[in-house]
Amino acid sequence: MNKDVNIKTLKINKPLKLDCGQIINNFPLAYETYGVLNEKKDNAILIFHALTGDQFVSNVNPLTKKDGWWSYAVGSDKAIDTEKYFVICANVIGGCLGSFGPSNTNPETNKVFGITFPIITINDMVNAQFNLLDFFKIKKLFAVIGGSMGGMQVLQFVSNFPDKTKIAIPIACTSSHSAQNIAFNELGRQSIMADENWLNGNYSNQNKNPNKGLSVARMAAHITYLSKNGLQEKFGRKLQERDHLKFSFDADFQIESYLRYQGAVFVDRFDANSYLYITRAMDYFDLSKQYDGNLSKVFSKTKTKFLIISFTSDWLYPTSENKEIVIALNAIGADVAFAEIESDKGHDSFLLNVPKFLNTLKDYINISYLKD
Amino acid sequence: MKPEFKIIAKLIEKNTRVLDVGCGDGTLMEFLKDDSKIDIRGIEISKNNVQKCIGKGLTVIEGDAEKDLIQFPDRSFDYVILSQTLQAFLNPEKVISELLRVGKKAIVTIPNFGYWKVRLHLLTKGTMPITRTLPDEWYNTPNLHMCSIKDFFNFCDDREINLYKSIALQNLKSSKITNTNLTLKNLTAVLGIFLIEK
Repeated sequence: MNKDVNIKTLKINKPLKLDCGQIINNFPLAYETYGVLNEKKDNAILIFHALTGDQFVSNVNPLTKKDGWWSYAVGSDKAIDTEKYFVICANVIGGCLGSFGPSNTNPETNKVFGITFPIITINDMVNAQFNLLDFFKIKKLFAVIGGSMGGMQVLQFVSNFPDKTKIAIPIACTSSHSAQNIAFNELGRQSIMADENWLNGNYSNQNKNPNKGLSVARMAAHITYLSKNGLQEKFGRKLQERDHLKFSFDADFQIESYLRYQGAVFVDRFDANSYLYITRAMDYFDLSKQYDGNLSKVFSKTKTKFLIISFTSDWLYPTSENKEIVIALNAIGADVAFAEIESDKGHDSFLLNVPKFLNTLKDYINISYLKD
Repeated sequence: MKPEFKIIAKLIEKNTRVLDVGCGDGTLMEFLKDDSKIDIRGIEISKNNVQKCIGKGLTVIEGDAEKDLIQFPDRSFDYVILSQTLQAFLNPEKVISELLRVGKKAIVTIPNFGYWKVRLHLLTKGTMPITRTLPDEWYNTPNLHMCSIKDFFNFCDDREINLYKSIALQNLKSSKITNTNLTLKNLTAVLGIFLIEK
């Protein structure tokens, strides 16, 4: 990590008991804020990031120098308008952008944790971030919003804290990680662990990095974020800077070159062990488990208003899985709106410029803020 | 706004839970919400309409009334409204029974195929009737199961569905439909509005 970049960090002194049984103490939670918290403190929105996201939602990410990961949705006059709302986003624990994670040094051994870091869950991530409310002295958030793994955190947040947010917007997510999604995550993890430089998670203590494994993990995952039609339309069988096939294993096709690029830029900004930990947290996510599979019971205490959004071409977190959440909420008479947005951009739709999605989000947020 | 919305609003008591099935762009929902303290939800199949409703802050879910009413528990609403869409379903009989399961009462409105202009059109021109309430051609109409007010009366009668209130609408004028004036109303009404319960 670039040490010159100023990363806001909250030191959390309240002990946090993790689902795995371990208790963590005095740990860092890195966060970023946008906009201004008003006097009534009723305009705060907590955004949860997805697997490879970070706290830099909008503006320019100071580390990558690229736009924040949700710049299409968050910013001045955007769907989540930072002129009106105070937006907070934290790096999840287990992550690698300043929050407590496997790339931190274990004070007891003076070595990087690696895979001696405790296994964390979506529940642990949410409980750690809840400390931000105390820190900013916010009694109740206006909204919790997130897509993909961020959506899982939204659901977990309302489950854990039924009256701590006015509205909740889980996007393109699920209440229970499917076998297919666990399988894709396992593929990524095995790819990292098969890299000779992974060294059983000890790579940073020996100044190595499992870049090949991590980049293959990213390439495989990236395919799952897109749709068949989207890929076909963008790349088809187009060749990469050549007129003929080379009869070799070079990146002949544009799609190959694109994926290799995605893999290569990813390893510069992401820690391989964090990838293992966060994908594991997603796999362990099964919100209704403690209620014998009855998802309605998870939300029985809440008066939070929900807007659930899915995308037609998202096959990773398909409409059917998002709808299960809608059905569970309707079964208990909760206030739930649901829209499936037409898009050929696959799971990544929520991160991209999809006007129907962004307009629906914007209007719903603005009108919900005005209403009691 | 459709003229029947005002009549529907009068049928609904305050402080109740209402589901608008096929809520369109949410016009009726907004009207009911402004008018009285009603907790109103909607279900709508058109993506554009759903997005419009959500943008207005209405609690609407995207879904197909023929498949998705199943998610609502028995008698979870005081009223379930179905405005001029019964005839567009593949299986209206099943939809009615779902409405009466989910709602303690249901409000159903139907364009009356027994209306004299409809009959006259078919009689004189010999082609499928086109009127203000039935504006489409036979080949592009969404209406699969047209019925008359009398048909609906018989339908309810056969299934022991209680017709709590029956109202005929004609040129913005509304009047009660009774067993004695049924034949006349079936000829003069453009639209039938029914409050039913099982």
